Amino acid sequence: MVASRAIGSLRRFTASRTLRCPARTHINYGVKGDVAVVRINSPNSKVNTLSRELQSEFVEVMNEIWANDQIRSAVLISSKPGCFIAGADINMLASCKSAEEVTQVSQEGQRMFEKLEKSTKPIVAAISGSCLGGGLELAISCQYRIATKDRKTVLGSPEVLLGILPGAGGTQRLPKMVGVPAAFDMMLTGRNIRADRAKKMGLVDQLVEPLGPGLKPSEERTIEYLEEVAVTFAKELSDKKISLKRDKGLVEKLTSYAMSIPFVRQQIYKKVEEKVRKQTKGLYPAPLKIIDAVKTGIEQGNDAGYVSESQKFGELAMTKESKALMGLYHGQVLCKKNKFGTPQKDVKHLAILGAGLMGAGIAQVSVDKGIKTILKDATLAGLDRGQQQVFKGLNDKVKKKALTSFERDSIFSNLTGQLDYQGFEKADMVIEAVFEDLNVKHRVLKEVEAVVPDHCVFASNTSALPIRQIASVSKRPEKVIGMHYFSPVDKMQLLEIITTEKTSKDTTASVVAVGLKQGKVIVVVKDGPGFYTTRCLAPMMSEVLRILQEGVDPKKLDSLTTSFGFPVGAATLVDEVGVDVAKHVAEDLGKAFGERFEGGSVELLKQMVSRGFLGRKSGKGFYIYQEGVKNKSLNSDMDGILASLKVPPKSDVCSDEDLQYRLVTRFVNEAIMCLQEGILATPAEGDIGAVFGLGFPPCLGGPFRYVDLYGAQKIVDRLRKYEAAYGKPFTPCQLLIDHANSPSKKFYQ
Amino acid sequence: MTQSLVLCSFVYMGHLLYDVGGNCTRMGIPKDFRMTSILTYTLKNLPSTSKWALRFSLRPLSCSSQLRAAPAAQTKSKKTLAKPNIRNIVVVEGVRIPFLQSGTSYKELMPHDLARAALLGLLHRTSVPKDVVDYIIFGTVIQEVKTSNVAREAALGAGFSDKTPAHTVTMACISANQAMTTGVGLIASGQCDVVVAGGVELMSDVPIRHSRKMRKMLLDLNKAKTLGQRLSLISKFRLNFLSPELPAVAEFSTSETMGHSADRLAAAFAVSRLDQDEYALRSHSLAKKAQDEGLLSDVVPFKVPGKDTVTKDNGIRPSSLEQMAKLKPAFIKPYGTVTAANSSFLTDGASAMLIMAEEKALAMGYKPKAYLRDFVYVSQDPKDQLLLGPTYATPKVLERAGLTMTDIDAFEFHEAFSGQILANFKAMDSDWFAQNYMGRKTKVGSPPLEKFNNWGGSLSLGHPFGATGCRLVMAAANRLRKEGGQYGLVAACAAGGQGHAMIVEAYPK
Repeated sequence: MVASRAIGSLRRFTASRTLRCPARTHINYGVKGDVAVVRINSPNSKVNTLSRELQSEFVEVMNEIWANDQIRSAVLISSKPGCFIAGADINMLASCKSAEEVTQVSQEGQRMFEKLEKSTKPIVAAISGSCLGGGLELAISCQYRIATKDRKTVLGSPEVLLGILPGAGGTQRLPKMVGVPAAFDMMLTGRNIRADRAKKMGLVDQLVEPLGPGLKPSEERTIEYLEEVAVTFAKELSDKKISLKRDKGLVEKLTSYAMSIPFVRQQIYKKVEEKVRKQTKGLYPAPLKIIDAVKTGIEQGNDAGYVSESQKFGELAMTKESKALMGLYHGQVLCKKNKFGTPQKDVKHLAILGAGLMGAGIAQVSVDKGIKTILKDATLAGLDRGQQQVFKGLNDKVKKKALTSFERDSIFSNLTGQLDYQGFEKADMVIEAVFEDLNVKHRVLKEVEAVVPDHCVFASNTSALPIRQIASVSKRPEKVIGMHYFSPVDKMQLLEIITTEKTSKDTTASVVAVGLKQGKVIVVVKDGPGFYTTRCLAPMMSEVLRILQEGVDPKKLDSLTTSFGFPVGAATLVDEVGVDVAKHVAEDLGKAFGERFEGGSVELLKQMVSRGFLGRKSGKGFYIYQEGVKNKSLNSDMDGILASLKVPPKSDVCSDEDLQYRLVTRFVNEAIMCLQEGILATPAEGDIGAVFGLGFPPCLGGPFRYVDLYGAQKIVDRLRKYEAAYGKPFTPCQLLIDHANSPSKKFYQ
Repeated sequence: MTQSLVLCSFVYMGHLLYDVGGNCTRMGIPKDFRMTSILTYTLKNLPSTSKWALRFSLRPLSCSSQLRAAPAAQTKSKKTLAKPNIRNIVVVEGVRIPFLQSGTSYKELMPHDLARAALLGLLHRTSVPKDVVDYIIFGTVIQEVKTSNVAREAALGAGFSDKTPAHTVTMACISANQAMTTGVGLIASGQCDVVVAGGVELMSDVPIRHSRKMRKMLLDLNKAKTLGQRLSLISKFRLNFLSPELPAVAEFSTSETMGHSADRLAAAFAVSRLDQDEYALRSHSLAKKAQDEGLLSDVVPFKVPGKDTVTKDNGIRPSSLEQMAKLKPAFIKPYGTVTAANSSFLTDGASAMLIMAEEKALAMGYKPKAYLRDFVYVSQDPKDQLLLGPTYATPKVLERAGLTMTDIDAFEFHEAFSGQILANFKAMDSDWFAQNYMGRKTKVGSPPLEKFNNWGGSLSLGHPFGATGCRLVMAAANRLRKEGGQYGLVAACAAGGQGHAMIVEAYPK
C-alpha cells in the first residue's frame, strides 16, 4: 500500500502541476510535487560550463528554491545528454588580470557551494555525462548523487592538467568524501572515474542503468528516467526515509581510522609530496599546491583550508605553466575539428598494407571504431604477428574491464587479415605502412592503384619520405596524402597529415575524418623533407649525437632532458625510435638541409647499426633491454664506439644548462622556421604536434607558446651564443628574429 | 500475381473495417470488468482527478474498440489460411505434465523422466500407434550433459520404436516452438507425416561444472602416463580450482541477467510498478479461474516415483496488490520495478504434441484440434530489446498470413515478466517505435486484453523454458474451441534477443 501510494503520488508529479518560472538562458526549473527540478542547459553549446552567467542564474534559482515554502527538496540535472557540467569556464579565468581577481572568483564559488552543502532542503545531483572540475565540485556539495552507469558518465578533477587546482571547495570536500588517498589520486592525476567505480569509492550514492529505446530515443528517456529516480530519492530524503550516512566497507573504515592519527597523516603527505616531486621534477607547481591546500584544510580546519585554496588558486592561474597548459587545451580542442569540411564519401572500408608495429596499431584504432579493416602483409608470419598485436591490444582492454569479451570479439571481427588484394575493390581508403623505402612504396602504390576504386584515397604512413616523391608514380596524385602516425599508435594521440600541392581538399577532409574517428589529435602540414615533426626532431637529435660525442654519458643526457620537462630522455628516445630509423632520417634530412642540420656525426649511428644495436627492438642500443627487467643498464659495448668518435667539448657551452638549451633552442628554431616556410599553417598546430608527437615539455606549452611566454629575445641570445661556438646550425631564423625585435609580436594574440 | 493483388485488397479492406469500427466504438463505454476496476481504483487513490482519469479511461476505450470491431466484422480478412500446393498441418492433440515450481515434487527426477511422462501422457490421450510416428523433436534450454539428446532418451524410455529418430533443439524460451516448427517443416516438405514435438526443462537440477582450471587438470591427469607426471600436475593444484562454475543466468553477449534487462525495458517504456503488479495479479487470477473451471485440459497427471500423483500446476498464487507492493525489487535495487511477484518463476515441466499432415490424421480417424499456419522467427538487439520479440514478430506473421489484429480471436503470449508484456503492448501501440526501430509505416496496435492470455500465462502457470511453446499453442487451440473463434496468435520472446510468432487456426468442428 505504501509503495502504491508512493507511485500514485509519483504519477501526480508528471501531471500538470509543473510550475514554469521566468525563462533564464542557462538554467530553469520546474516543481514536481514538492521537489524542484533544476535543469542546466547552456544555450548554443554541446556542454555546460560554469560561466559567470550560469553561476549567477544558479544562485538566483537556488535562492528562489530556498525561499519557497512549497519546495522541500531539489534535483540538479543537465538537459544535455552526455554532459552534466564539464567544468569551469576557462575563459572566465583567462580574462582575469591578477591573482587577486582569480582568488575572488574562487571565493565566490566556495561561498556558493558552501551554501549548497549547508542547505536544509536536500539537494540531489542527477549526473549523466561528464561531471568534471567545477561540475564535480558542485556535485559533491550536494547532499546526494545519482549517476547514470554508462561510458559517457565520468567524474574527475582535471584541474591539475591545466596547472590549477579545484578552486571551489574541491580540495576541502573531496578528501572528506572519498578519503585522503583517493582524493589525492583524483586531484593529482586528474583521471576520469567511471560511474561504477565512483559508486564503489563513495563518490556517488546510486547508479541508474542507461535505458534502451522505448517510446522515445534512449538518450532522452534515460535522462527522464534519471530525473524520475532522482525525484523519488529527493522526496525520500526530505521525508527522512533514507539516511545520508553511507555504509563503509572494512577497508574504508580502516583507512579513515588510520587517517585520524596525525603521524599517519604526516607520513602520507610526505610520501605523496616525494612522489610528486619525483614525477614533476619541480616543473609543475600545481600538484604541490593541491597537497598544501588539502593539508591546510585537514590540519587547520575548513576556514583556513578555504583561504589557502582560493589564494593558491589565484597564484596558480597566473603561472606560465598554467598558461602553457591551458594553451595546449585550447590547441587540442582546435585540432579535434575537421576544418576541411565533411568528405564526400564516408570511409567504411579501410585497407592497411603492412602488418608491422605501425600497420597493426593503425588497424587496432580503426576496428574498434567500427571501420571494416583489411590488414594485408606480404608474409603469413608478419600477418600473424600483426593480428596478434591487434588482439592483444583489445584483450588488454578486456582485462582492464574497458571492454567485455563479447565486444572484443565483435570488434575483432571487423579485421580481415590477408596476403592478397582481395576486397580492395571496395576500399574507400588505403593506408600503407610498409618498409620506409621509396622503391617499396612506389611498388605498392602501383599495385594498389590497379585494384582500388576511383574514389579510394591512398595514404602513406611515413616519417620522413616526401609525399611528393611517393605520389610521383601515381595515376591520381590528388588522392595521395601522408598520414604520419606515432608509435605506439594506440597510445600516441597525434596524427600528422601531410598534403602536397596536388592533394585535393576532399582527400584531406577524408583522412582528417578518419583520423578524428580513430581518436587522434590532428595537425595538417605541407609536404617537405621531414614534414614538421621529424624535421624539428632531427636537429635536436643531431645535437644529441654531438653531446654524446663530447663525452656526456647517455644516462646524464637522459636526466638533463627529462629534468627540462621531456617525458623521455634523449638517448632513450633514440633507442625507442630505433637507431636504424634515426640513421635513415639523419642521412635523408642531412642531405636536404645541409649545414643547418649538422652536429654530431651520423657515423655514430652507422656503427651502432652495423653492430646490431638498433635500440629497444633488438634488445640493445645505448641501453640493454631485457624482458621483465625494469631498470635498464648502459650498453658497455657502446663505450668503444663513443670513444673512437670523441670530439673535445667546448668549455663555455657545455654546462648542464647549456646542454639543455642547445637541444631545445635547435628544436624551437626549426619549429618556427616551419611556420616561416609555410609547412605549418598555425602556431597552435605546431605546439600540439611538438607536445603530443615529440614530447616537447607540456609545461612550456610547445615551441611557439614557449617563445611567447619566455621572450623571443632570450632564445635568440642563446642561439647566438651557440652559433658563435658551432656556427650555422644555431643561426636563428628570420621569423624568430622578427619576434625578438618587436616584443609586442606574439604567436598567440 | 493476381492472387496476391486480391490478397492485398483484402488486407486493405480489413484495415478499413478496423478503422471504421474503431471510430464508431470510441464513443462507447467500457464494459470490461477489470479495466473498470482499475479505473475506480485509480480514481480512489489519485487526488488529482482530471488528467489521470482521462488517460485511464482512454486505455480501456481503445482496447474495447478493437474488441467491438471483431464481432462487428463477422467476415474475417480470410476464410482460411490454407495455401495451394502446401500440405495442411494439424495438431491432433497436445498435453503437458503439471508445471511445478522447481525444487518441489519433480526435484529428484531427471529431464528425460519429465519428457517421458509427457510422451506417455500423449500416447495415452491419443492412442496413436507408436510405429506411426516418423520423427520426435524436443526443445530444451539447460542441458543435462548425460542426456544431451533428451528427445531420444525420453522416446526410448516411453517405448517408442527404436527405429524412430529423435533430435533435440535449443532456442532459449522458444525451444519448443522451434521443435514444433521443425516438425511442421518436415511434414510440409513431405519428409514425414507424423511428428511428435515437445519440450522439457528441469530447473531443480542444473549442471554445475568444475572450474576451467580444475577441468584442465583432470583432463591432463587422464593423459599423464607416469607417476612423476601425475604428481607434478597435482602439485599445481590450488584451492581456488574447486570453486564451481554455475550455468550462466546472464546473456552471454551482454553479461546482463534477463530480470535486469526486463526492469530496464519496463523503465524505457515507463511501465510503472503498479501496472506490473496489476498485470501479474490478472495472470494469477485468470489461471486460478481456468484451473478451477477445468479449462486447462492439456494437463495430464503424472505419478512421480516415490511420491503422490501430481495433477495440477502449483505456481498459481493469486495475491493482493498490497501484498505484492511489499516486495523489494529483485534486480535493480533499490528503486527497480521488477519483483519476484511480477516475474515468471523457475519451473519444472514438459509438454508434447502430436502433429500430422491433415490427410493422414483424417485417414487415421482423428478429429484434429487446430491447424498450424504461418510462423516467423525474429531477432533484435540482445541488450536493449532483449524481450521485445513479440512486438517484432506479431506484425510480421500477420502480414505473412494476410490477417490483421482484428482477425485474431485468441492471443497467447509468453509472459516472462509483467513489465515485458506491458512494454511490448506499448511498443506495439507506438507509431514512433514502429517507424524508428521496426522499419514499418505504422504500429500494429496492442492486443485487446479481453482476448489475451485468458487462461493465465507463464507468470502464473509457470515457465519451463524448453516446454512453454507447446503450452502456448495448446492454450490457443483449446481456447478457440471453447470460446469460439477462428484464429489464434501465439508469440514469445527468448534470450538472445529472439522472438517467435505463429498463427493457429481452429479446426472446423
